Amino acid sequence: MIGRVLPIAAFLLLAVLLAVGLTISDHKSDLPSPLIGKQLPEFSLPVLGRNDELVTHEDLIGEPFLLNVWASWCPSCRVEHPLIEKLAASGKLKVIGLNYRDEPQDAQAWLRRFGNPYAVNIADVSGRTAIDLGVYAAPESFLVDADGQIVFKQIGAITQEVIDEEILPRVQNRGTTAK
Amino acid sequence: MIQYLIKTALAAALAFFALLAIAQEPLVFDSAEQEERYKELTVELRCAVCQNQNLADSDAPLAQDLRQEIYKMMQAGKSDDQIKQFMVERYGDFVLYRPPVKGNTLALWLLPGILLGVGAIVVFFTVRNRNRRLAAQSEEGS
Repeated sequence: MIGRVLPIAAFLLLAVLLAVGLTISDHKSDLPSPLIGKQLPEFSLPVLGRNDELVTHEDLIGEPFLLNVWASWCPSCRVEHPLIEKLAASGKLKVIGLNYRDEPQDAQAWLRRFGNPYAVNIADVSGRTAIDLGVYAAPESFLVDADGQIVFKQIGAITQEVIDEEILPRVQNRGTTAK
Repeated sequence: MIQYLIKTALAAALAFFALLAIAQEPLVFDSAEQEERYKELTVELRCAVCQNQNLADSDAPLAQDLRQEIYKMMQAGKSDDQIKQFMVERYGDFVLYRPPVKGNTLALWLLPGILLGVGAIVVFFTVRNRNRRLAAQSEEGS
C-alpha cells in the first residue's frame, strides 16, 4: 500500500514545489531589504559635478522623496528613466538621484542626453554610501518618508505598476500624515 | 633549445599573471592569523550580486568594495561577529552561508533532517516487506 501511495505523494509534493518556484521566479533574486523601517543612513557626499558642495542625509529629510540609485553604465537605468522623469514632472514626489560608482563626466553626459529629472544628484563615486543602503544592483529606488524612514525599496528598473501601486499610495498615506 | 624557450615563455607568462593577481588588491596583513580570518570571512559571506558566489570568489565591483570594507573593519579591530552584523544589517541574512535559526529559516534547517527521516522509514518498510515476501516465497518453495 505504502509503496503505491508514496511515489504519487512525492510527485505531488515536487509538482507543488515546482509551481511555487515558477510563480515566484520573477523576483527570486530580489533580496528583502533589512533597511525597510529604518532611518536613512548617514552620509555626506558631493553634489554631482560640484565637489565643493556637500549634501548630507539631514539636508534631504523633511518631505517624502524617492532616492533613485543610477549610473551611466547601467542599461536598466535607461529603461526606467522615462518613468522617473514622468514621476518627477507630475510633482507628486520629489526624486533625488544617487549616482553610483560612476565617472562624474559620464554621469553628466548621460543626464544631458536623457534628461535630468532629479532635484539633486548625489555622487557616490566610491560606492561606500550605497553599501550602507544595501545596494547590490543598480537601479534601485528607495522611498523615504518625511521623517527620513525608508518605507519601500524597489530592486531593478521601476515600472508604472510599482509607481502606482507601491510608491504613490505610500506617499499619500505616510508622507502627508507624518508629523 | 626550443624546449628552453618554451619554458622561459611559460615562466614569464606565469609571473605576469601572478603580478596581475597581486595588482588587483594589494592587502597587507599584520599577521598570518589575520590573513586567515580575512579568508574565512570572505568565503563565508555571500556576494549579493552574483548570488551563488562568495565574496572571496566574486569579481563583481561590489564584492571588491565589500572585501575592501571587511579588510578595513579588521584593521580597525572589529570582531568577526561585528563584521557579519555589518553585512546582515545591509543585505540581510541572505549574505550568510550559515543563516541563523529563525522562524523563516526553520524549513531550511529542519527539512533535510525530516526528509532523511522519511527516507529511512520508507527504506525500513520496503526492506521489511521484501523480506517477508521472500520468506513467504521460500516457504512455499520448500
